[in-house]
Amino acid sequence: MLNWLGWLPENVSTFGADIDGVIAMIWYLTVAWFFLTFGVGAALLIRYRRRPGTRASYVPGDTFRQAAWILVPVAVVAVLDFWIDVRGAPAWARVKLQPPPGAMVIQVTAKQFNWEVRYPGPDGAFGTPDDRVLLDELHVPAGRPVRVELSSRDVIHSFFSPHLRLKQDVVPGRTIPVWFEATRPGEYELPCAELCGFGHSGMKGSLHVHDPAGFQRWVAGQWPPAGPAATEGGR
Amino acid sequence: MSASASAVREPSVHPAHAGFWSTYVFSTDHKTIGKQYLALGALWAVVGGLLAFVMRWQLAWPDTAVPGWGEIGPETYNLVVTMHGTVMVFFVAMPILLGALGNFLIPLMIGARDMIFPRLNMLSFWTFALASLVLLASFFVPGGAASAGWTGYPPLSARPEYTGVEWGLNLWLVAQALEFAAFLMGGVNYLTTVLTLRAPGMTLLRLPLLVWQQLTAATLFLLSVGPLIAGAFMLLLDRLLGTGFFLPDRGGDPLLWQHLFWFFGHPEVYVILLPALGAVMEILPVFSRKPIFGYRWIIGATMVAGGLSFIVWAHHMFVSGMDPRLAMPFSITTILISVPFAFLVFAMMATLWRGSIRFEPPMVWALGFLAMFVMGGLTGIFNGSAPADIYISDTYFVVAHFHYALFSSLGFGGFAAIYFWFPKMFGRMLDPALGHLHFWLTLVGFNVTFFPLHNIGLAGMMRRIANPLQYEFLAPHQWLNELATVGAMILLGGQALFVLNVVRSLRAGPRAPANPWQAATLEWTAPSPPPHLNWGPAVPVVSEGPYEYSRPDAAEDWLPQAASPAARARGEGGPWR
Amino acid sequence: MAMRAGAHGVAGATAGLEAGKLGIWWFLASEIMLFGGLIASYVVFRLGGEGWAAEAAHLNTTIGIVNTLILLSSSLTVVQAFAAAERGETRATTVFLGLTVLGGLLFLGLKAVEYAGELGHGFTPASGLFWSFYYLMTGLHALHVLTGVVINLILLAGRRWRTPHRVELGGLYWHFVDVVWVFLFPLLYLA
Ligand code: HEA
Ligand code: HEA
Ligand code: CUA
Ligand SMILES: [Cu+2]
Repeated sequence: MLNWLGWLPENVSTFGADIDGVIAMIWYLTVAWFFLTFGVGAALLIRYRRRPGTRASYVPGDTFRQAAWILVPVAVVAVLDFWIDVRGAPAWARVKLQPPPGAMVIQVTAKQFNWEVRYPGPDGAFGTPDDRVLLDELHVPAGRPVRVELSSRDVIHSFFSPHLRLKQDVVPGRTIPVWFEATRPGEYELPCAELCGFGHSGMKGSLHVHDPAGFQRWVAGQWPPAGPAATEGGR
Repeated sequence: MSASASAVREPSVHPAHAGFWSTYVFSTDHKTIGKQYLALGALWAVVGGLLAFVMRWQLAWPDTAVPGWGEIGPETYNLVVTMHGTVMVFFVAMPILLGALGNFLIPLMIGARDMIFPRLNMLSFWTFALASLVLLASFFVPGGAASAGWTGYPPLSARPEYTGVEWGLNLWLVAQALEFAAFLMGGVNYLTTVLTLRAPGMTLLRLPLLVWQQLTAATLFLLSVGPLIAGAFMLLLDRLLGTGFFLPDRGGDPLLWQHLFWFFGHPEVYVILLPALGAVMEILPVFSRKPIFGYRWIIGATMVAGGLSFIVWAHHMFVSGMDPRLAMPFSITTILISVPFAFLVFAMMATLWRGSIRFEPPMVWALGFLAMFVMGGLTGIFNGSAPADIYISDTYFVVAHFHYALFSSLGFGGFAAIYFWFPKMFGRMLDPALGHLHFWLTLVGFNVTFFPLHNIGLAGMMRRIANPLQYEFLAPHQWLNELATVGAMILLGGQALFVLNVVRSLRAGPRAPANPWQAATLEWTAPSPPPHLNWGPAVPVVSEGPYEYSRPDAAEDWLPQAASPAARARGEGGPWR
Repeated sequence: MAMRAGAHGVAGATAGLEAGKLGIWWFLASEIMLFGGLIASYVVFRLGGEGWAAEAAHLNTTIGIVNTLILLSSSLTVVQAFAAAERGETRATTVFLGLTVLGGLLFLGLKAVEYAGELGHGFTPASGLFWSFYYLMTGLHALHVLTGVVINLILLAGRRWRTPHRVELGGLYWHFVDVVWVFLFPLLYLA
């Protein structure tokens, strides 16, 4: 229970490691400070517990020289804070600001209480007859960037994949793009992470990550005549 | 002192305060109003605690009926979460930490006979009582109470059809608005009182830190709540008049509410923290017989933290869909807040250094606050890092974070204050043995409840879900939920000791002397409990700082803030005489 | 007796600051944040969307201007009332307070006419964001004007409560209400 890093679910996305790295770094820093503060605190409590005959010493700590005793560790904290930001910024940028080119595009529309997943079909364009709409099922190939365009019909939902380390609120009135590249085939849950009504608990889809061949087979199953084209459905 | 006081008590109380109503109900006496806030807050604490029990049971054993409540459907669960959060933050933490401590202590600590606007003070409490009534009523209207989370995000909260809640949510908004009005009156009163009614010699840099922290809290509240009140009006109009401030299909924007709410929301959490911090900073010096370390620096650090709290709000919105380029700036300011708080924590620890520490109940509770707050603060850093928060946001890791922060303030800080000032408030001593037992049960129960929530949060468990068993990836971790629920039962059960202790001491506790802890600040120069108008003919005259403990030039290991009558006779006690 | 407690304290007051004024200022600070929040939200939306000017064109600018002038001059009259009160000229104080109240009532009356006209043309709070903001902001402001009118009426009628000090405090609040309008008018009518 004490090693928090061990509790994260298996990471199956390319940028997941970046996020886990930031969490790990903060974990090491804060654990160090935790033991430092608690250790020093305990020592102080034991060492300076009341003893008959002894008297506390008068240390107001208002002068700079006395305050320096804690100003120095505070300065260290400031440095560590800055370091956390420096480590964090690239991770944030990669996940939220730098979608890779050539991603296949899928539209996910949230509504109380489902994910509507829309594929453009072979023609690669949305709103054409060959679109496919699946309910609560998201099929993607491993090893290829996927761009999901999120929108909502009613209230705010949150598109959350614990294993991809991806979370993005889905806000009615806007289309919010997110991207990910899954690394490991398998079936994972896609819960909704924002309170959205009585069905919030249990609102979830399933994310099917196929190996390339498996994905071709799935596409062929969906669009019998023109198969592979679907995967070209990019912008 | 007390003799002369009791001498003048007769004339000053009775003719002025004839009758039960004006003495106990519609009283303008800051001490009575403080106790009224305490009583109402404690009452709500019971409600909030029971709601918490319902949640915990449901989360541990979703398929079984909650004892004393019955089966919990998802609608009911959402209602329970929402009202638990609302009640605990606005109807327990605010009245106890600001209403009760501020009203009772500020005039006593600055040597004033009452608040500057006593009638406004009474109005403040009764407005809060009205708010309580409205919130209570909202449980019983058709459709039930609000169930859109204590954060009330629209569109969910903006259209009845999304939640099925009709008047519950309107009343929820009205109750909030009334509550804000009540604490605005209180805040204006606190700030003006301290600026105008300080006893002779009580310079601003001789004010006890609790007063400074209360003032900072009041200022934060005053300056942050306006936009949320505006937001509350908008939301109410969206619900009642069909406007669309927060409804995209009518041109509005749901995120506007989140900005308005969190611009208030983050300062608000410090509004809850600071009074508790202040109480702890009163208690640590007394029981380590040392001056607080770095008095002036602490005031500065508090103000820096308060200032920063106005430019961090979007750390609640990293994944909300706001422009992602805003995230890192807010992430930086957020994490930067750990600097002033690091100072405050270290200053409290340095106060122990070379002290002579007595482990009496107020002290152990204060130390409990320190430990638990550090824990809550450190987890705040995880949330504060935007990339980490992508994963952590809306999981139980956040729930664990804010309970460590909130419960350390309200639970540990609040109880520390109660154990410390109870003798002054009610003129009776509490039983120390029971106090220690209460502390250990609470400490253990609290950590058994909330530590595992960090883990299950890191495992990905979302907030505000009624049934974790609906998710395969959570199933293996369900034992953590059961553990947490067992902890919550210990925690709740432990509070019985507090009730027992209070009841026993009120009925047959030993009478409290004026100054049971050899504390230096002014409230301890008044009798316990202080008479109406607090002191006899003369208000104390201040000649020292608030924490003059173990001064080498003094025979005793403490110098009271008020100059001794002898010293006053000799003409000492500052430029005022 | 409440007063007595206060009095007592003030006797021992240190800072020599003037309590009533301080209290009002703290209160106004929170009021500024309230209207500030509203105005900021409005501005953000307005910069973000089109067609607002067209909606705004439906407002009756003439009444708006007249109301602005009325409020501004009523600010003048409260100042006069305070000055008179300090000089101890009871009648003059009464007259100027009366004029202030009159100004406030005139403003509210014209505002009511305005609302009636707009509602008559079918512009309700639900007729789009501009109108939502318009009704919310002006409505909230009108409530503040009403409060100010009541305060001044009390000072006008209740001679025994009237002190120069309280006239001044009432005036402070009244000025605030005017200042808010000075922001609302251009933002809603002209921009
Ligand atoms: C009293 C209440 C309280 C307090 C004091 C805090 C303090 C802090 N909080 Fe917390 N917070 C809440 C109450 C509180 N919070 C609540 C209620 C929520 C949830 C609201 C909701 O969504 O329902 C929340 C949510 C919340 C979030 C949003 C999470 C999310 O929803 O995604 C974030 C993100 O940044 C955050 C950050 C912080 C930070 C950085 C601090 C800092 O102030 C902490 C600073 C203190 C320390 C850091 C410890 C002392 C320092 C040291 C021991 C030195 C060593 C330190 C370092 C090296 C860093 N909090
Ligand atoms: C101060 C605030 C506060 C306090 C004290 C608590 C106390 C508790 N909370 Fe609280 N909780 C919140 C504020 C608080 N909570 C908020 C804001 C939320 C978010 C709501 C939302 O998502 O919308 C939340 C959500 C929340 C959840 C998440 C629900 C979900 O997301 O699905 C859970 C789950 O376990 C939980 C459990 C508990 C438990 C077991 C306690 C136990 O500690 C309760 C035991 C009660 C007591 C031990 C009484 C203690 C005594 C006092 C508090 C007053 C002291 C009295 C004097 C000093 C005289 N809470
Ligand atoms: Cu959709 Cu929660
Ligand atoms: Cu915050």
